[in-house]
Amino acid sequence: MTEDDLRGLIARVKDGRLSRRGFVRRMAAVGLTAPMATQILAIAGAAPAAAQSVPEYKPTRRGGGGQLKILYWQAATLLNPHFAAGTTNQDASRVFYEPLAGWATDGTLVPILAAEVPSVENGGLAADGRSVTWKLKRGVKWHDGQDFSADDVVFNWEYSRNPAVAAVTSGSYRDVNVVKVDDYTVRVEFQQPTPFWADAFVGVTGQIVPKHQFKDFAGGNSRDAPANLRPVGTSAYKFVSFAPGDNLRAELNPNYHMNNRPYFDTLEVKGGGDAVSAARAVLQTGDYDYAWNMQVEDEILKRLESAGRGKVNIVDGGSIEFVQLNATDPNQEVDGERASIRTQHPAFRDPAVRQAMALLIDRNALEQFIYGRGGPATANFLNNPPRFRSPNLRWEFSIQKANELLDAAGWARGRDGIRAKDGVRLKFVYQTSVNAPRQRTQAIYKQAAQRAGIELELKSVTASVFFSSDVANPDTYTKFYADMQMYTTTMPQADPERFMNQYVSWEISSKANNWQGRNIVRWRSEEYDRIFREAQGELDPVKRAAMFIRLNDLVVGSNHIIPLVKRPTVSASVNSLRPVLSAWDLTLWYLNDWTREA
Amino acid sequence: MLQYVTRRLLIAIPSLLGISVVLFTVLALAPGDPFEELATNPAVPPDVRAALRASLGLDDPVYLRYLHWLSAMLRGDWGFSFVSRIPVDQLILQRLPTTVAVIGASQVLALAIALPVGVFAATRPYSIFDQIANTLAFVGFSLPTFFTGLLLIMFFSIHLDWLPFVFRTNIEATGWKWWWEMIRQSIMPVLVLGLFQGAAWTRFVRSAVLDVVRLDHVTTARSKGLSEARITLKHIVRNAMIPVVTLVALQMPAVFGGAIVTEQIFRVPGIGSLLISAILANDTPVIMAVTFVFAGLVILFNLLADVLYGWLDPRISFR
Repeated sequence: MTEDDLRGLIARVKDGRLSRRGFVRRMAAVGLTAPMATQILAIAGAAPAAAQSVPEYKPTRRGGGGQLKILYWQAATLLNPHFAAGTTNQDASRVFYEPLAGWATDGTLVPILAAEVPSVENGGLAADGRSVTWKLKRGVKWHDGQDFSADDVVFNWEYSRNPAVAAVTSGSYRDVNVVKVDDYTVRVEFQQPTPFWADAFVGVTGQIVPKHQFKDFAGGNSRDAPANLRPVGTSAYKFVSFAPGDNLRAELNPNYHMNNRPYFDTLEVKGGGDAVSAARAVLQTGDYDYAWNMQVEDEILKRLESAGRGKVNIVDGGSIEFVQLNATDPNQEVDGERASIRTQHPAFRDPAVRQAMALLIDRNALEQFIYGRGGPATANFLNNPPRFRSPNLRWEFSIQKANELLDAAGWARGRDGIRAKDGVRLKFVYQTSVNAPRQRTQAIYKQAAQRAGIELELKSVTASVFFSSDVANPDTYTKFYADMQMYTTTMPQADPERFMNQYVSWEISSKANNWQGRNIVRWRSEEYDRIFREAQGELDPVKRAAMFIRLNDLVVGSNHIIPLVKRPTVSASVNSLRPVLSAWDLTLWYLNDWTREA
Repeated sequence: MLQYVTRRLLIAIPSLLGISVVLFTVLALAPGDPFEELATNPAVPPDVRAALRASLGLDDPVYLRYLHWLSAMLRGDWGFSFVSRIPVDQLILQRLPTTVAVIGASQVLALAIALPVGVFAATRPYSIFDQIANTLAFVGFSLPTFFTGLLLIMFFSIHLDWLPFVFRTNIEATGWKWWWEMIRQSIMPVLVLGLFQGAAWTRFVRSAVLDVVRLDHVTTARSKGLSEARITLKHIVRNAMIPVVTLVALQMPAVFGGAIVTEQIFRVPGIGSLLISAILANDTPVIMAVTFVFAGLVILFNLLADVLYGWLDPRISFR
C-alpha cells in the first residue's frame, strides 16, 4: 500500500464514504494493527472526539466516593510545578494545578483547561506552523474563587522564562512568545515552523499557576511565595495540608469545571519507604488504593498479586533500556579530551564488529529472567506512540552468526581465545550504573560475547555518579569514557522530536559543551542530520511519522545503538480502583476521572 | 561548678566549628547535585540545569560556600532546602513532634524493661530468671532492627492483619479514636526500637548492679537487718545508676536524631527519614543542619552527663 492509497482511504473516511471500522479492517489486511490504524486516522484529522482516548466516566454526581489513598515510595517535597524536578513533585503539584491539555496514553491530546485541542480545522494551528492559538475554557475558577483567564496563562510564560525564578520548566517557555488575544484566547508563537507545538502549557511542564498568587514572587524572591506550599489551583481537589517529604491531603473541589467530577471526597498521597512494601500495602493488605512506580522484580509482584486484592497496571511508553557502542576512542586523548569526536573507535568502526555485538545479546533471556512484564524485548529505539514504530527491524540472538561475521571480517582468535586484527583486540569496557537487573544483563552479555571471542570487562558506577552532571568526574554517562555503556533513556512526550535528537551531530557530547550534549554515543550521519532537520519543519503528520521511523532505522541499523527492552511504567492498584493512566503524562494527569467500582 | 560548665561550653565551640568544617568538606567532595533527576530528562535542556546550579551557588568554590553558610548560621539563618525550597529549620521543626513521640516512647519502653529486669536479674545471679533474661537480651540486641521490623510487619500486618504498617501523621479522627489509631500504628516501630535498646541496656544494668551487690556497704546494710527492698533501692540501685545515667544521657541525642532504618521501614516521618532523603537528594543544607544539630546535642548531653555524675556521686568534684 503506497502513501497515495493511504491518503485516498483517509479521504474516504473523512467524507463518510468509508466507515472507521472498514478502514481499520483494511489496514489490518496489510498488516497494520488496529491501534496503529486509528492513530493514522487521528493524525490525519479524521479522529473521533478526543474524549474516547480516556475511558468513559460513569458516576452521575459529584463526590460520594470516600477516601482515595495513594502511596509513593518517594515523597513529594514541594508543590510548585515550575520548581518540581522529579516526577513525585510534578505529580504532587498536578493534584492541584492543571495544564491546558494533557496526553492520553494513546498519544493524543485531551483538553483540560482548554476549550478544545487546537487543530488546522478549528483554526487553532497556523498553516505555516508558526503559531498555535489556544481557546480557554470559560467559567473556570481558582480554588480561592477568582476567575481563571488568559492573563494567568501569559503570566506562567513570563514566570517560567525569567532566569531569576530558576524554574525547571524554563526549557519549554524561553524560546516561544506568548500573546494574549482576548480574555479567553492566547497565542503561542514560535521562531520557526514547529510541527510539535504541544509543549508549552501542555502536560508535565504545562501546569498553570495563578497570577494573583505568584505575581509578587516572580523574581529572585520566588522561593518565598506562600503558595509554594499552599497551592491554589483549578483542579478537582483542593488543598488541605502538606508535610514536605511525608504526605499531602486534599479534598473535593465543589466548583470543579468538569461535570460530576471528582468522585472521591478526600485524597491522601503518602510518601516515603521502599517500593516492595508499597506494593505490599496495595496488593497484599489493601491499606492503600494505588502505588506508584513499582520498581520491584516481576516475580515478587506476581506473588503479591496472587493475594487477589489488587493488580499490576502496565502502561507502555517510550522508555528504553539500551546499549551504546562508542563511536569514538575512549583511550586516546586529543587536546586533553578523551573520546574526542576527532577519533574513531578502533574496533567499533568495523560494521561487522557492531553487528556481531548486536547478535550477542539474548533479549529473550532479559525479558524472561530479569525484567518480566516490566521489560518486553524490542528491536527499535523509538517504540511509541504506535504511529512512530518501525515495522522494518527484527532482533536476533545468534552466537554462531556473530562468529561467522567476525571470521569473515578477518578478526582471528588469538592464543587466549580473544579475537584481534591489526593489533586491535576485541576487549571492551562495558559500563553501567549500579542496579541489580543491569548487573545481571551485563553478566548475560559477557557470557555470550566470550563464546564469540570478545572479552567484556564489566564496570558498574554508583547511579548518583553515573547520572550526575559533574564535569570533574570521569565516570559520568555523558563523558562515556568506556567502549560500551547501558542505561534507560526516557521519552517525555508523545512526540519523538526531543527523543530522536539524541543522535544528531550538533548534539554530540564533548568538552566544548561541558559534556552536556545529548548525543552521547557520538555517532554521526549526514543522512540522519538531514532527515531530522526536515522532520523539524515538516507539518504533514503522516510524512513526519515516516521520517522518524526512518531515523530509528538509521541509528539502530548502524548498530551503534542496541535496543534491549522497553521499560513500561508499572504501578499497583486495588481491584476496585479505576485509575486513568498515561505513558505520556504524569501518573495523576487525569485524577479527576479516577473512580471506584464495586 | 559554674566555672566548670562555662569552660566546657567554651571548649565546645572549636569542636563544633571543626565538625562543621569536616561535614561541609565531605559533602562538597561527594559527587552529584540536587538536580540529578533532570540529567536524564530530555525535556530539560542542560543549560537550564547549569543555571539552576548557579542560582543555588553550587558553582562557587567550597571555602566561599562554607563561609557563606557559617555567617548565615551565626545570624540564625539555617539556609533553605534545595529540594523543598523552604527554610531548613521549618523542615526540622515539622518532623520533631513525631520523632520525639515515637523515639521517646521507645526509649521509655527500653528503660521500663531494662531497669527492673536488669536489677532483678543481678540480685539473683544465675537463677533461672537471670538465665532467661540474659538469653533474651542476647537475642534482642543481636537481631538488627530492619529484620525485626520486617518480621513484625509480616506477622502482625500481613499474616494477622491487625496493625497498619504505614505510619500516618494525619489521622482523621478525634478524641479516643485518634489516640487508638495513633497507638495502633506506633506499636510496631516503638516495639522494634524499644526492645532492641532495652536488650542492650538490660545487660548493662545487670552488670552495673552486679558490681555493687558484692560491695561491703551492702553487706553492712543487710547485717543491720534492713529489708531486702530497702537495700536494693537505696543502697544498690542508687550507686549502680552512675554508669547507667551516662549511657542513657548519651543516648538522648538519638531521640532527636531519629532512627533511620526503622523510620524508613514504617514510613515514620521523623528526622532520620528527613536525613536519609536529604542525603539521597544531595540536599546539602538539610544534611548540614540535621548533622550539626546532632553534633551539638551530643556535646550538650555529654556535659549534662558529667554534671549529673557529680550530683549522683559527691566524691567527684569539678575542677
